[in-house]
Amino acid sequence: MSQIPGRPPQRNRTMQIDRRLISHFDWPLFSLTLGLILLGILTIHSATYSITEQHAGTLASKQLYWFMLGLVAMIVAFTMDYHHIDRLAYPLYALVLLLLLLVPLLGTAGGGSQRWLHLRLFTVQPSELAKLAIVVVLAKRLQYDEPHHGYRLRDLWAPFLLVAPPILLTLLQPDLGTAVILFLIFFSAVLIGGLRLRSLLYLAAPGIISLPIAWRFLKPYQQRRIWTFLNPELDPLGAGYHVIQSKIAIGSGKFFGKGYLQGTQNRLDFLPEQHTDFIFSVFAEEWGFLGCLVLLGLYLALILFSLEVVVRAKDRLGAVLALGMVAIIFWQVVINAAMVTGFLPVVGIPLPLFSYGGSSLVSMMVAMGLLINISMRRFTF
Amino acid sequence: MIRFIFRNEIAPELRRRTRVLMVLVSVVFVLLIGRLWYLQILQGNWFTYFSENNRIRLKKVPGIRGMVFDRHGRLLVDSRPSFDLLFVPEDSAEPELTLRRLAHFLNRRERELLSLVEENKTRPPFEDVVLGKDVDWRSIVAVESHQLDLPGVSLRIRPRRSYLTDSTATHLLGYVGEISSPQLRVLKEKGYSMGDEIGQFGLEKRWEDYLRGRNGGQQVEVDALGRRVRVLHEVEEVPGQSVFLTLDRDLQETAYQALQGKEGAIVVLEVHSGAILALVSSPTFDPNVLARGITPEEWRALVENQRHPLNNRALQGQYPPASTFKIVVAIAALEEGLIRPETRVFDPGYFTVGNRSFRDWKEGGHGWVDLHKAIVESCDVYFYEVGSRLGVDRIAHYARLLGLGEKSGIPLDDEKAGLIPDVAWKMKRFGQPWFPGETPSAAIGQGYVNVTPLQMANLMAVVVNGGTLYRPWFVRRVESLEGKTIREYGPERIRSITLKPDTLERIRKALRDVVNSGTGTGGRARSSLIEIAGKTGTAQVAEMRGGFVKSERLPYFLRDHAWFVSYAPAGQPEIAVVILVEHGGRGGSVAAPLAKKVIEKYLSLKSQPDEPDSRQAAAAKQNHADRP
Repeated sequence: MSQIPGRPPQRNRTMQIDRRLISHFDWPLFSLTLGLILLGILTIHSATYSITEQHAGTLASKQLYWFMLGLVAMIVAFTMDYHHIDRLAYPLYALVLLLLLLVPLLGTAGGGSQRWLHLRLFTVQPSELAKLAIVVVLAKRLQYDEPHHGYRLRDLWAPFLLVAPPILLTLLQPDLGTAVILFLIFFSAVLIGGLRLRSLLYLAAPGIISLPIAWRFLKPYQQRRIWTFLNPELDPLGAGYHVIQSKIAIGSGKFFGKGYLQGTQNRLDFLPEQHTDFIFSVFAEEWGFLGCLVLLGLYLALILFSLEVVVRAKDRLGAVLALGMVAIIFWQVVINAAMVTGFLPVVGIPLPLFSYGGSSLVSMMVAMGLLINISMRRFTF
Repeated sequence: MIRFIFRNEIAPELRRRTRVLMVLVSVVFVLLIGRLWYLQILQGNWFTYFSENNRIRLKKVPGIRGMVFDRHGRLLVDSRPSFDLLFVPEDSAEPELTLRRLAHFLNRRERELLSLVEENKTRPPFEDVVLGKDVDWRSIVAVESHQLDLPGVSLRIRPRRSYLTDSTATHLLGYVGEISSPQLRVLKEKGYSMGDEIGQFGLEKRWEDYLRGRNGGQQVEVDALGRRVRVLHEVEEVPGQSVFLTLDRDLQETAYQALQGKEGAIVVLEVHSGAILALVSSPTFDPNVLARGITPEEWRALVENQRHPLNNRALQGQYPPASTFKIVVAIAALEEGLIRPETRVFDPGYFTVGNRSFRDWKEGGHGWVDLHKAIVESCDVYFYEVGSRLGVDRIAHYARLLGLGEKSGIPLDDEKAGLIPDVAWKMKRFGQPWFPGETPSAAIGQGYVNVTPLQMANLMAVVVNGGTLYRPWFVRRVESLEGKTIREYGPERIRSITLKPDTLERIRKALRDVVNSGTGTGGRARSSLIEIAGKTGTAQVAEMRGGFVKSERLPYFLRDHAWFVSYAPAGQPEIAVVILVEHGGRGGSVAAPLAKKVIEKYLSLKSQPDEPDSRQAAAAKQNHADRP
């Protein structure tokens, strides 16, 4: 590795805990994270309460086990110095890519696509890990100072080539939601990392111009499919039904909500995936507008505190890394909330830290751990 | 360029952009909260109304499956309306009382209905429980006239598959059944949902993509009693497409009747195209029972039946071809120039290789035999001799050229390839060389040789059409609801075999005399109406040592299989007919008369006006489209 000026000296990159690290520990981020997760587990319990009586509670306690595991991962993620990422980025990336490649070969299907890998003890969803992997490689690539007038297109093709394979592989599963998130992570990191305005136009223009042309080449049934995707009302028996049921659940919560475990829409299995993608609807029905205000407030606080970490990061590696992690959380929260309230088409995107799912929970906790890591090392030299 | 920023340090611009980002993020969250305000505060009462009693429900309207017609446009498979009796527990204030009344009106036991509801306890109470499928008219009238006393009870119209030919063509048409959960997992993407009918076997399975109707449905608003208030959204169902076959319903019926009470198969195909006119496997079963929803006991009885009705013997049954295989050996020997038609062999009644001796079926033998006589009288010793001279590899080469030992490629599932042994196969399978003593049995189609009736029909076609092997087919075209042809099928050549014209001519002449000479083994197929040509075969199931035992005196499962492979008319061949009767006894006495019956029926059908009865098809279609 080349000697790079401004790098922290060797001794601070070890695992030893500095007194200053403890005093700079980011308690707000840490407690916001734990708070959201615990709220999530409570809601999962309510959402799965009635699926069938004998299953009651099992998913919530499973999520609790994942939380324990995630806590260990999170502690590791903030204890070791984040500068190790520089060395670990490519091996991690390669590992995730390998897992993604294994999915079509050994994976199991669920809901019409292959997303899960069965390990001996549990199943993993490698596309969740891909979110972290992308951020890590991007941070490694973009850690050096930005060019004077921002990134030009030719500066971007190398990072894009790194991001493209995981996006393609998730798209093939097919998992459109995660692929979109992966792309948005890349886009956010590059944009805030310093994209030249002109390059942005260059990037967007061909896409916008080619859209109507591509549209003409699509078969009528393909066009119809895209229309239904964009406007679920056109598919009243499928996605449209889910959206209207989700809206009924949320809307009927009114101001104070129906109370914990009192939701009726959810109780009657009207909501699809009520413990994963539609968990927000369950929460909104039971806690009403007031509860939603609190929940979205917690997410907003989490994101703003995390952006504060970006601003205060000690070096560019930390800043870009933190930026990527915020992007993961932000886009998932926004898209999920917009989807269940009927603002955006239904794509399978979980509510981070909240929805049921081990791979997602653990990787989001690692993301939060890394943010805390960057935050508490902002003063070390 | 002057770099005034140190590596790894954060440019002030990045900090500035992040500050802007904080504002943007906050704006997005305000928008989300605005949306929630709209849904929960402004529209809250409206959505609360809908959330009570689950006011919005989905009603599936199944798409009707396409129809199947025979070659003359006669309806073979249709869908008829049937009624299912449903009960929605949530819509009845006192479910038990309602069920007690219902049991009274229907003359059914109350406990039976209650337990049906009890079984579905785990499902949401707004989902309907099926109390009866395809209920009779009496029940429909009873429920309709007592609507007010029976809250939550309703009837649902459902198309049900109906096979007008009953058991006659089950193995070819196949059957439909409710989609299974493993199938559903795979096919969900294609728009299938629980409770859908799907082709499970035969034509119904292979042409599923054309035959299936697309489900429609309604998003309906219901009142507190489950009564429909209005339809919010509707998706029209789309009926499936019609399939026209090359099959002839009457000929199929005749072939089916011919095998009644027997086990075996009959294949009738056009020699110049490979189109199937009739295909029967016996014993069979009624596909209507499967479409209705078979009970586990009925299914078990079907699967465990010793006579294997589920097996399609025409393409899954593998039998020693016995003497019918002599056609192959004769072709091989003539083509290789090993014999001339006049070459004579003396048959003393047995043939020896090393220390093994092979009997002729005729005690005392046939004396001096040439090719013609050998085929006509089915002389074994002649073929022991010729086969031994050819060697098993050359026999195998010709057998395979003629389509034996490989799947014919008929578009039906689980076809078997049969087996044509050769030296390499023996080495691979048993790790042993081929012994010269095994060739004589192979030459008369015994030993390891196994074929399916369909392969033999194909072989017969090749012999009379001059050497073209066709892939057997039975679907002529697929037609859309508007009567437009969507797909057309035609003859498909697998390969053309170049044989000397004289070879086939000699064999055809001999096959003609097998039936018509008076000395031939196939005399029982002789018809006064049409000249038939063919070859008999009697396949030994168990090797008999010492002495002749009359097949009829053996236990059933050890009795011989009876073969008759034939074509007609002998002068200008049009169809090939293959008969196999399992454990039937001698081919000449058991199988040959059946071939005659089928061929005479073909002749009588031909003399009837051939114009396709398109009016009937059109009428059936109209009827189909008008269904609710």
